Amino acid sequence: MKAEAVQPERIAVPAGTRSVAGLGRRTQTLLVDVVVWAGLLVGSIIFILPFFWMVSSSFKEFGGLFNFPPTFIPSTWQWTNYLEIWRRLPFHLFFRNSFFVSSLETAGVLFTSSLAGYAFARLRFRHRDTIFLIYLSTMMVPFAVRMIPLFVLMRTFQWVDQLQALIIPGMFSAWGTFLMRQFMLTIPRELEDAGLIDGASFFQIYYRIILPLTGPALATLGIFTFMDSWNAFLWPLIIISSMEKKTISLGMAAFRGMTAMRTPWHLVMAASVVSVLPIMVLFLVGQKYYVRGIVTTGLKG
Amino acid sequence: MAAKLSGLQRKEELAGYLFILPNLIGFLVFLVFPILAAVYLTFTEWELSAPPTFAGLANFRAMIGDDIFVKAFGNTFYYAFVAVPTGVFLAFVLALGVNRPMRGVFAFRLIYFLPHVTLTVAAAIVWAWIYHPEFGIINYLLSLIGIQGPNWLFNSKSAMPALIIMSNWKGIGYAMLIFLAGLQGVPAELYEAAVMDGANSWYRLVKITIPMLSPTTFFVLTTSFIGAFQGFDQFYIMTNGGPSFATTTLVLHIFNNGFRYFKMGYASSMAFVLFLCILCITLIQWTSAKTWVHGFTQD
Repeated sequence: MKAEAVQPERIAVPAGTRSVAGLGRRTQTLLVDVVVWAGLLVGSIIFILPFFWMVSSSFKEFGGLFNFPPTFIPSTWQWTNYLEIWRRLPFHLFFRNSFFVSSLETAGVLFTSSLAGYAFARLRFRHRDTIFLIYLSTMMVPFAVRMIPLFVLMRTFQWVDQLQALIIPGMFSAWGTFLMRQFMLTIPRELEDAGLIDGASFFQIYYRIILPLTGPALATLGIFTFMDSWNAFLWPLIIISSMEKKTISLGMAAFRGMTAMRTPWHLVMAASVVSVLPIMVLFLVGQKYYVRGIVTTGLKG
Repeated sequence: MAAKLSGLQRKEELAGYLFILPNLIGFLVFLVFPILAAVYLTFTEWELSAPPTFAGLANFRAMIGDDIFVKAFGNTFYYAFVAVPTGVFLAFVLALGVNRPMRGVFAFRLIYFLPHVTLTVAAAIVWAWIYHPEFGIINYLLSLIGIQGPNWLFNSKSAMPALIIMSNWKGIGYAMLIFLAGLQGVPAELYEAAVMDGANSWYRLVKITIPMLSPTTFFVLTTSFIGAFQGFDQFYIMTNGGPSFATTTLVLHIFNNGFRYFKMGYASSMAFVLFLCILCITLIQWTSAKTWVHGFTQD
């Protein structure tokens, strides 16, 4: 199997697997393209349907939700749903908290991971590889194992129901350190040697030479961290209880929860639309770095 | 050894420790310490009010008698072993499709990926509305083709499939992108040589694409299993484990025991079992990798 895959000249083509006789290769490719394209179109309609349903419901009147048959185009467009949700719950606070938590956590991860990544990639010190191995091994442990002692720790720090409990423990990432180290290993050493000969300190080399070259990797790590932090639910659910400290995920869950009996789906959908927009915009803006992150972690991981 | 270090080496050693220090402190406090504490808590009984008392293996014995734990254990395996294979297969098929140089493939890639960048909680809420038995869109569409849709989230048979469908909608795009990156890394010469030999597309798929992509498949499978075993968000939002515990996952049960009933020791032991499950699945995948992952032994 392996040998066949690597060395093309060894691929023996048995009878019956040759291209269909009588059809030119170009015609055949075109035919396959049409079939695949149609399949992808059907699939993407299914995939986009929930978004349509969310947006269309968000503009309906309460009564319009329960029409039969259901309609995709609301009979009357009730734009006020989007104002009403802010009256029901302080969504501006949820956004502010999420933004605050995610930005600080991201800044922290970039800071600690790039510093340690540089040391693990470049500097020689005792127990370096052992320490790095311990970093890697913690990546295997599910969060559920840590969450109980971590909660107890937060109680000792008196950080329960405080935003710093969402920010500070998240600022130290084994995965981020790993990503930084791997990227910095690919930077040619000659660039630093010149600096060392000129008598630059290790910090100057890190700050003036390595960090500017690490831009793309920092962007990737930053986007992943920000999005994960924005999307986090279990840990905030454990830590935060006051309404004014809730993040957007918690706020959405609270909105659904307080109306569970007779859910005003039109308002809940309006809130959903508002809550998914920021992260989607971030993704569209930072697409390049996001996809690059998937490529590097996916193939070398 | 230390005495023999030159001035520069000594400087480098000191710099090394200083550079990792901010990271290391946080790493020890928020990662290593909680993991070690969790191992200790596993053998204790602790309800937060009084200090933990040593309980030996009592927590593990309690698990066997805990019907909900046994159910949650089964549910987690059910979820992982249905959602992951179907999701990975569909992601692979989609990646093959959007890898073709055709008009509009970028739009398709974006559409399939978009669910991954929606807020999980919001997506779960939207799907709860989609699954509404009377006024949801799915049962309406099913009625158009003459199918009477189930009660979805309110029926213990259909609730888990409903969650699996939602989770795959959310996660397939991510796996698809990883596969796509893998596909684009397969050397074009392999295909050219095969085409010259007259191999058809099915033969190229089976003999080139699938073997060459096996490291990617391995990565997607292992990470998807690790993720699926930790399912929580959509379960908490859409069903909160119901009806009659049909969708209670291990993490949901751990969460309830820890933070609703404050059985910290018991919850820790269950988390430990979860860790062992993940470890076993990963180890099985690693050992089996030699037989089907291309170039696995070289790394």
